[in-house]
Amino acid sequence: MNHLDELENKSIYIIREAYHRFKDLSVLWSIGKDSSTMLWLCMKAFFGKIPFPVMHIDTTYKFEEMYDFREHWAKKWNLNLLIEKNQEALDKGIGYENNDAFTACHELKTIALQKAILKHGFKAIMVGIRRDEHGIRAKERYFSPRSIDFKWDYKNQPAEIWEQFKKEAVKGEHFRIHPILHWTELDVWEYIKREGIPINKLYFAKNGKRYRSLGCKPITNPIDSNADDIDKIIEELKTTKTAERSGRAQDKEQAYTMQKLRSLGYM
Amino acid sequence: MSKSNLNIVFAGHVDHGKSTLIGRLLYDTKSLPQSIIDDVEQVSKELGKEMEFAYLLDSLEEERKDNITIDTTQIFFKTPERDYTIIDVPGHKEFLKNMITGASMAESALLIVDADEGVQEQTGRHAYVLNMLGIEQVIIVINKMDVVKYDKNRFETVKNEVLQMFNNLGMTPTRVVPISALKGDNVTKKSENIEWAETTLINALNSLKGKEDLTNKPMRFLVQDVYDNNTLVGRVESGKISEKEEITILPYNMKNKIDKIKVWNQEKNTAKAGENIGIILNNSSKMVRGDVLYTGKKPMISDCFETDVFWLSDKPVSVGESLLWRCATQEVPCTIKEIKKKIDSSNLKELENNNKMEETEVGKLIIQTEKPVVFQKFHDIESLGRFVLVKNDITLAGGVIT
Repeated sequence: MNHLDELENKSIYIIREAYHRFKDLSVLWSIGKDSSTMLWLCMKAFFGKIPFPVMHIDTTYKFEEMYDFREHWAKKWNLNLLIEKNQEALDKGIGYENNDAFTACHELKTIALQKAILKHGFKAIMVGIRRDEHGIRAKERYFSPRSIDFKWDYKNQPAEIWEQFKKEAVKGEHFRIHPILHWTELDVWEYIKREGIPINKLYFAKNGKRYRSLGCKPITNPIDSNADDIDKIIEELKTTKTAERSGRAQDKEQAYTMQKLRSLGYM
Repeated sequence: MSKSNLNIVFAGHVDHGKSTLIGRLLYDTKSLPQSIIDDVEQVSKELGKEMEFAYLLDSLEEERKDNITIDTTQIFFKTPERDYTIIDVPGHKEFLKNMITGASMAESALLIVDADEGVQEQTGRHAYVLNMLGIEQVIIVINKMDVVKYDKNRFETVKNEVLQMFNNLGMTPTRVVPISALKGDNVTKKSENIEWAETTLINALNSLKGKEDLTNKPMRFLVQDVYDNNTLVGRVESGKISEKEEITILPYNMKNKIDKIKVWNQEKNTAKAGENIGIILNNSSKMVRGDVLYTGKKPMISDCFETDVFWLSDKPVSVGESLLWRCATQEVPCTIKEIKKKIDSSNLKELENNNKMEETEVGKLIIQTEKPVVFQKFHDIESLGRFVLVKNDITLAGGVIT
């Protein structure tokens, strides 16, 4: 069994565990490469049809190409797609034009997600984060409880040994489930290539620039790159000296912003 | 793609230098993006310190301020020979459950010992945990050789102390390597200060063997779930399985035949250890999660067995209290019927038996399950030979059947 097979099989096992334990389950789809890979793994786990809703938290600040991609593949993959926004905040004019990135992100992503979880009564949501993205994410569990006020108790995480995961959400609590936690950015691209997973064209270089990570348009910057196909992206990643999320503004503002965002419920 | 990946846990007593060593390895092999090095340099400066390698691993605010590792973390590290996932674990006794969480994901280990302090409480405890988790390849690193002025005699003394400890556990370390993580001696390159060293750490790492292939063991498939009333989903834990093959189902002791192997978007009529598949049987019968399909030698099936258990929770449990036994996909209520013996995991000394299991203690127990369960010796089929004890959805202990 090669490395990609091992990663894939571990993820499928976790996805099936999650579905067995939590029927009120949803998978978050940000339309990026990681969560699209996660959807692909879900389709493998359930033989083509994902038996729970796929949720997109729409900040309304995404790239046009991302919305097109969402509509096209949601139909093709026969997804039960939920699109959720923090409409109240948007109505109040909260956004990247008027607020700093931390506030806009918190309101339009985290609070939007909190509202959606309450609205649908989800007990667990799957999120496509990876350990190699950020030091804080490297500390995560596969099944990670969030308290009634969506806090992540990172100082007292549950023991998780031999794939024996927690399974009961206490009243008000929900679980974050991380099926691709053990993958690296390079693994994801090598798997996308092997499987032929459809991927947004924003990742491919145009006029010497490409997006390495996709977030909200106003705070996501492209990197200098001539990688206009998957092979070139893989080559680029093998030699790069910059971090994956370096194009994302909210990570850099403060050394501990990511920890703060996560403990407040950010994905 | 032909390169293999090895998961290795870095264990050891607090302050013996785990995080510093990992930082050194990443730094010397240029495995880190410049932006992360810049970030660590900046945070180090803000906290009034020199460049702290440990911050590469200790990302939580509290960890950096207090200079301790609270939770386990993983970091990816490449060499031309092989890719590694390094698992860093805390060295404090109170974070033992995080140490075990990290170590349980590894197939090999590095145990770090301070050349000046020698074997300490968590050195012994971590060695015990590694042994219990079935990790057979362990590299011992004698760190801080700079502090003992690169004295070979001091190295030999500490080395013998460690070898004695492993001998008591019935284990032999793979290599014993003297280094200074702080100064970079003998980590990724040979050092004049320790020219007598037999190997550098990086060469010792690259000589570790990869994962064991379980395909040649007897077939075990554990039902994880049943979809559409007829598709058994789960993982082939060992061996291989083919369509039209006859299998036996436990606990019913019922014979059946594999009609179809199902995976998405692919024709497949055989599957091997590690693969998650769907199975449709010839004669459909009512099956549930936890049922076991097997060929070859029959696993054990009983409602009472003896086992070694490591208590990792701060919640003590007495003989007779109700618990949940979870082994692979099996979940059955159980009790501790008897504690035959308790030992201190750090020094293997026998403890007074008060009929209660408490944090960090190891016990030889008799477990009584509510109904018969399927299990095997850990060394035969790992996933059927290890289990956890759970109460109120909290994992209290891990156990292996030997």
